[in-house]
Amino acid sequence: MNIIVCVKQVIDPEAPPASFKIDAAKNRAEMHGVPPVIDPYGEYAVEAGLRVKEAGGGKITVISLGVNLLREVVKKPLAMGADELILLDDEAYAGGDSWSNAYSLAMAIKKAGAFDMILCGREASDTNAGQTGPAISEILGLPCITLARKIEVKDSQLRIERVNSSGYDVIESPLPAVVTVSNEIGQPRYPTVKGIMAAKKIEPVIWKPTDIGIEAAGTGANTQRTKLRKLFQPVYEGKCDFAAGDSPEEMAVDLAVKLRQAKVL
Amino acid sequence: MSDYEGVAVYCETKEDKILPIAAEGLGIGRKLADTLGQKLSAVIVGGNISGLAQQIISCGADKVYIVDDLQLKDYQADVYISVLEKVIKQVKPQIIIMGQTDYGRELAPRLAFRLGTAATMDCVDLAIDAESKRLLQTKPVYGGNAQAVFITETDPQVVTIRTKAMEALTPDTSRKGESVTIPADLDASVIKTKTLERVVEEVAGIKIEDAQVVVAGGRGIGSADGFKQLDELAKLLKGAVGASRPPCDNGWIPDMAQVGLTGKIIAPEIYIAVAISGSSQHMSGCSGSKTIIAINRDKEANIFRQARFGVIGDWKKVLPAFTQKLKELMAS
Ligand SMILES: Cc1cc2nc3c(=O)[nH]c(=O)nc-3n(C[C@H](O)[C@H](O)[C@H](O)COP(=O)(O)OP(=O)(O)OC[C@H]3O[C@@H](n4cnc5c(N)ncnc54)[C@H](O)[C@@H]3O)c2cc1C
Repeated sequence: MNIIVCVKQVIDPEAPPASFKIDAAKNRAEMHGVPPVIDPYGEYAVEAGLRVKEAGGGKITVISLGVNLLREVVKKPLAMGADELILLDDEAYAGGDSWSNAYSLAMAIKKAGAFDMILCGREASDTNAGQTGPAISEILGLPCITLARKIEVKDSQLRIERVNSSGYDVIESPLPAVVTVSNEIGQPRYPTVKGIMAAKKIEPVIWKPTDIGIEAAGTGANTQRTKLRKLFQPVYEGKCDFAAGDSPEEMAVDLAVKLRQAKVL
Repeated sequence: MSDYEGVAVYCETKEDKILPIAAEGLGIGRKLADTLGQKLSAVIVGGNISGLAQQIISCGADKVYIVDDLQLKDYQADVYISVLEKVIKQVKPQIIIMGQTDYGRELAPRLAFRLGTAATMDCVDLAIDAESKRLLQTKPVYGGNAQAVFITETDPQVVTIRTKAMEALTPDTSRKGESVTIPADLDASVIKTKTLERVVEEVAGIKIEDAQVVVAGGRGIGSADGFKQLDELAKLLKGAVGASRPPCDNGWIPDMAQVGLTGKIIAPEIYIAVAISGSSQHMSGCSGSKTIIAINRDKEANIFRQARFGVIGDWKKVLPAFTQKLKELMAS
C-alpha cells in the first residue's frame, strides 16, 4: 500500500487568540512570538496513514507545499513514522489559491509514482477551506471521500466511516482514492525518540515547478482563480460583567441573581 | 465577460423539506440577484421532491430546476455532483450558493473544480462589488481569528454559506415562479464511491442545534462524570449539553456535542461555557448566541472577551452553587 499524505506548515492555530496579528500591508497573518507548526488536521491525516500502514503494510510519502519551509516543522510526520518527505518549496509556489496548490500537489503525486491512497486533513487551520482533497480528486479523476473517522482496506476496497452531524455514513470505494481525515479518527501519536532520530537521517526531496512538469508561471499567484481582497480582524466590543463575591460559591449566587434580574434566565 | 448570468441556489432537502440553510441561501440569493438586476433560480435534487417547488418560490426563487428521480432519494456524492454539473451547464448561473453542510462541504469544491472554476467555503457575508459586479465573499479564516474577503475571477462563482449567517425571507405564498423539470439521465459509470449505510447516533433529549439554552463544557471539566453536572443544569433550563473539541476527543461526551468550526454552529438564546478557553475555532460555533455566560478560573481566558456575564473561579465550586441558587430563584 503506497500512501501519500499532503500536509502543510501553518502558523500555530492553538496559540492564544491575543497573539494573532495581521500585517495589513502584506495581507498576511502571524502568531506573534509563536513558532509555526504542522497543520493539525494534516497530523490527523498522518495518523490515519500510519494506522493503515500498521494494519496492512506499506509506505507513507508526505508532500508539503510552501515557501521556506522549516525542516524541524515539516519533518514531524517523519518523526511520527512516515517514510519519505517531498517538499514543493520554491518562491514560484507562493500566493496560490486552493486550486493552484492542489494542482501542484496532484502533479507531484503523479511524479512520485504508484499510489493507492491520498490522505489530506479535512481542512487546514489557516484557510479553513477544506478544498485540497476534493480538488486533487477532481484533478486526478479519483474517488473522493471526505471527513473520515475510520479507514479500513479490504481486498483493495476502501471502507470508510464518514462523520456527519447526526452520526456517520459508511462508504465503500475502490482504490486509489482521496480521503480527507477528521479528528474523530483519534489523537495523532507523539513522535518517539527513535522516530525523531530516524527523521533526522531522512533528507527531503525538493521539487521545483519544472521538476513536476509545471512552468514556473503555471503555479502560485499567477494561477489564482480566487483573489484575496482584504484580510481583517473582527472586533468584539462586548463587555463582560463579572460576578462579585469572596468565594466561588458567593460569586455563583451573585451570577444567578444577576441573570434573574437581567431577565436572561 | 462570460455568458453566465443570474444567481442559483442549490436547495438541500431532508425528509420532504428544504433545509433552513437553503431558505437562508434563497434570502441572500434574492438580494444579490436584485442588486445585479438578474434572476434567482433554485436547484433541487432528490426523489419525490417536485412538491417543494412552491415552497422554494415563496422563499424568493423566480425559477426552480427540479431533478426528481427515485434513484436520487438518498445522497450519493458522485451521482449528485454529476447531476449538478449537468444542471449548471444548462442553467449557466454566474453565482452558485450552497450550504456549508455535511454534504455541501464536499459538493461545492468538487463541483467548482469540475466546472473549471473555484469555490469559497463557509461565507458569512456576500455582496456585489459596485465596480466589478463580482461577488465579494467574506469568510472566516485562521479559525475565526480573521476574516477574508475574496473575489472569484472565473464563472460560475461558487460559494457555501455558514448556517444562520444570512437571513431567510418571510415566505410569501402568493409569489409566482416557474418550475422546470430536468431528467436525471443517470450514468452508472460516474459512480465510484457508494454510501452503504447511514448510522444515526441517537442523543437523548433536545438536540443542541434546536436548544434555546446550551450548557457547554471544555477540557477543564476533566471527565465524563463532570459532564453529568452540566447535564443537571441543562435539564433545569430545558437545554442541551454541548462541548468544545477536547471532551469529544477524550470520549467524555459524544462527538455530536462538539460546538465550533468543525462541529456544530449554533445560535441559542443562552450559551453557558464552562471551563472552555474560548479558542477562535470554538467561538466560530457559538458567537452567534444571544447571551454568552462563562465560568473559567483564568481571568485572561479569551472566552471573557465575548461573554456578557462571567465568573472567575473553579467550576467545581461555582457550578453546584449556581445550579442550586437558580433552582431556588426559578421555584419562587
Ligand atoms: C482547524 C481546527 C478546527 C477546530 N475545530 C474546533 C471546534 O469545532 N470546536 C472546538 O471546540 N475546538 C476546535 N478546535 C480546537 C481548538 O483550537 C482548541 O484546541 C479547543 O477549542 C480548546 O478547547 P477547550 O477550551 O475546552 O480547552 P483549553 O483551551 O485547554 O481550555 C480549557 C479551559 O478550562 C479552564 N479550566 C480548567 N480547569 C478549570 C476549573 N477547574 N474551573 C474553571 N476553569 C477551568 C482553563 O482555564 C482553560 O481556559 C479546532 C482546531 C483546529 C486547528
